[in-house]
Amino acid sequence: MRGLSPRLVNFALRSALKLLALLLAVAVVSFVLIEHSPIDPVSAYIGADMLLIGPEQRQLIAERWGLDQPATTRFWRWLWQLAQGNLGTSSIFNQPVAQVIASRFATSFNLMFLAWVLSGLFGVGLGILAGAKPGSWPDRVIRLYAYTLASSPTFWVGLLLLILFSVQLGWAPFCCSQPPGIPTEAVTVWQRLHHLILPALTLSLIGVASIALHTRQKLVEILESDFVLFARAQGESTLGIIWHHGLRNIALPALTLQLASLSELFGGSVLAEQVFAYPGLGQATVQAALRSDVPLLLGIVLFSTVFVVVGNTLADLAYQVVDPRVRIGK
Amino acid sequence: MSLVHSGDPQVASPLLPESKPVFWNRRRRTILTALGCGLLLVLVLLSPYGLGSEGLSTRLSERNLPPSWIHPFGTDWLGRDMLVRTMHGLSLSLWVGLAAASLSAVMAVVLGSLAASLGGWVDVLITGAVDLFLSLPHLVLLILIAFSLGGGMRGVLAAVALTHWTGLTRLIRAEILQLKSAEYIQLAAKLGHGPLWIARHHFLPHVLPQVIVGLILLFPHTILHEAGLSFIGMGLSPHTPAIGIILSEAMRHLSTGYWWLGVFPGLALLLMVKAFDTLGTNLHGLMDPRTSQE
Amino acid sequence: MLEVCGLQIAFTLYERGLKQKRVMPIRHLDLEIKAGEVVAVVGSSGSGKSLLAHAVLGILPHNAEVRGEIWFQGERLTPERQAQLRGKQMALIPQSVSYLDPLMPVGSQVQLAARRSNNPAADVEAIFWRYQLPATVKQCYPFQLSGGMARRVLVATAAIGSAQLLIADEPTPGLHPEMVTETLTHLRQLADAGRGVMLITHDLEAALQIADWIAVFYAGTTVEMARCEDFRVKGNPSWPAGLRHPYSRALWAALPQNGFQPLAGSQPSSEEPIRGCLFASRCSSASEECRGSLPPRQRLGEGWVRCFHAQG
Repeated sequence: MRGLSPRLVNFALRSALKLLALLLAVAVVSFVLIEHSPIDPVSAYIGADMLLIGPEQRQLIAERWGLDQPATTRFWRWLWQLAQGNLGTSSIFNQPVAQVIASRFATSFNLMFLAWVLSGLFGVGLGILAGAKPGSWPDRVIRLYAYTLASSPTFWVGLLLLILFSVQLGWAPFCCSQPPGIPTEAVTVWQRLHHLILPALTLSLIGVASIALHTRQKLVEILESDFVLFARAQGESTLGIIWHHGLRNIALPALTLQLASLSELFGGSVLAEQVFAYPGLGQATVQAALRSDVPLLLGIVLFSTVFVVVGNTLADLAYQVVDPRVRIGK
Repeated sequence: MSLVHSGDPQVASPLLPESKPVFWNRRRRTILTALGCGLLLVLVLLSPYGLGSEGLSTRLSERNLPPSWIHPFGTDWLGRDMLVRTMHGLSLSLWVGLAAASLSAVMAVVLGSLAASLGGWVDVLITGAVDLFLSLPHLVLLILIAFSLGGGMRGVLAAVALTHWTGLTRLIRAEILQLKSAEYIQLAAKLGHGPLWIARHHFLPHVLPQVIVGLILLFPHTILHEAGLSFIGMGLSPHTPAIGIILSEAMRHLSTGYWWLGVFPGLALLLMVKAFDTLGTNLHGLMDPRTSQE
Repeated sequence: MLEVCGLQIAFTLYERGLKQKRVMPIRHLDLEIKAGEVVAVVGSSGSGKSLLAHAVLGILPHNAEVRGEIWFQGERLTPERQAQLRGKQMALIPQSVSYLDPLMPVGSQVQLAARRSNNPAADVEAIFWRYQLPATVKQCYPFQLSGGMARRVLVATAAIGSAQLLIADEPTPGLHPEMVTETLTHLRQLADAGRGVMLITHDLEAALQIADWIAVFYAGTTVEMARCEDFRVKGNPSWPAGLRHPYSRALWAALPQNGFQPLAGSQPSSEEPIRGCLFASRCSSASEECRGSLPPRQRLGEGWVRCFHAQG
């Protein structure tokens, strides 16, 4: 290792600044959107008990929350709280938003990570199989699979898996992240995995499509390149070419694509968690929106921005660290 | 490749024979596929008028029937015909998808050409907005916008339309920037043609086909996202027979073993999305042969 | 060692709207190379000369249609035989650094070339030393090489094996004049060691420096095969007496030292169907006969020419 080169320090600083700017922009946009929503924060908070309180009490609550202040004042106050790390309190969970997000994300992380790894491995494998001989029957089958899955709604794929494996075959559990009625500490790793497998499969089946198609495309490009023509002229077989030149040139774009796909992964997890009633961050997002938990929704919006931007930044970083043309050149 | 030996090479004709015309050549196949998909989609769009809404009404005597000749997609727990519900739902999703995608495309054309032709801070602002929209998970952004408009048809339309303009905007911006630097455009400007003339005669013919294909390739996304939003309950109202609603209702009846409630409507949605995708890629192939050189 | 007879290469392409189009970049190519000789295939840039190299090695794209015969060491080449021979008996020296894997250090690539030529024990150090490449270059990636170094590495990939036929595809463009001479000297040395060298180039001047034979390539045909000396014999005030084909003379006349006289008109494109002599459209002495059919090969002196009007 050559330690922290000034170029990498520079890169880290620029990335951090960009993230801050993006977060600020997201905060402004979300605030404006929520500000214009027809949802009344007081009635959303109080819910069904709304009929029991009079207009005076309402007024009191509104004043206590500073709702009588102009929007800009409230925005600066909110931003000031955010800067101090205070995301507010979730009305659904009756817990600080940061705490809800942390525990929910920990649950979702297992799901997303497993799906991410599975789709990466299978996607690259299928992409190589298809791209090695464009137009051959494995290529046709794999492309049909990938294009069909790219057009399939995530939640429907989950639904099918649920019908097949949980209802008809009874191999997998119906819902949740662990068996009901058992304290979290007593849940074994196997039980967790058992509950994880279907949602993760759903997420990865969808994720496979884009990585497989991109890997295929990249391999086809590589196989048409001058340096592969030269390897052929040297008498190398297609298999040898893929082994020596294909993998080397595919690895980085595939890794970058996977890192840049965190946005779809997050979106997919929202739908998959909804289908399998998996108590992760995705399900919390839906609940926050359906039950008008504004602080939680805003917290998740900001958190998911960080999640996506970190993925994109890591993708850039991979190029900086791995690709010799960027690492040594310039 | 093959080394076909053709007699004495010294007298071989310097002309290869023209290849025989084949009926199913690439061009014809591509056009027919595109036409087929287009026709299918028009049928879906018009199917509610053909099937009527009789199947939508409750018939308690015909509850939970598995698929049969009379009810190819089966019936639900209220005895409603699932085929009729599905076709109504598809048609509705199609309309929403068409409207949202068209709005998105209009936004993309306006923003893309503004960014490319004005440059400067307008360009910075528009590309910044694209970056901003892409830094949030798409579904989270959809939920946020739908939430702020209180859900419903208006919320779904706005959410889907407001989140699908980014890709096409980038494409149009890049295309116009590239055209602007092309020699013949600069020549046209030197010849004294005004910017409007150039826009009409050079930019429009280049950009319009891209916009049309881009628009068609947007439909699958807008339709799937509308269905997704409705599925989680942030979209169309539960009383409309939208595909997302049908599937989320099916979820509740899954454990009872009524598999047809979820399988067929989803399959129909998949086929419709695929038809759009095939239509778009085939049109793209006709305009740009490199994309389908196999 | 190598004989190419009546080689034709055609492709079917798709245009906008997916209309089919057929092109024939190589229409009628003949060529002969003996061991210890350098044969230069000279023609204008972009006329499909590289396809000749690919056809000999059997690495044309799948949609290529090929006719004619290629003989190597007394044996008719089939695709299967080509697959056995390439890299072992026949080696390519490519045009540019883009023919090297951008993500693999060049030392490993030379080593790979040795392994592919069934010479896994070949000494990479020695070949680097022979071509005056510093040992540190082995760790370099292709993008880090200077033009001259890249050229030496490419020659080294071919020289490290024991291939009898070396095909150098446009090895000189974009190089410093000194480097051009150095590269050509390397090729000459390989031929002097008993290998056959095919030098594909658009640069007649460079070819004349080292070649034994010049094969003049025009619109997908070899119009003349002449000894290098034939370009030097003065006998006629306006062109060397040894040259019989009007296009060979025009090539010669276009050289700077011969007055830069350009030839009017342009080469017929590979799409045009032409029955007769391909040069007829630009030839001052073209007759009805020339437009009717392709002139046969005529042996004149040591070489041959495709022209109805050529006289010995």
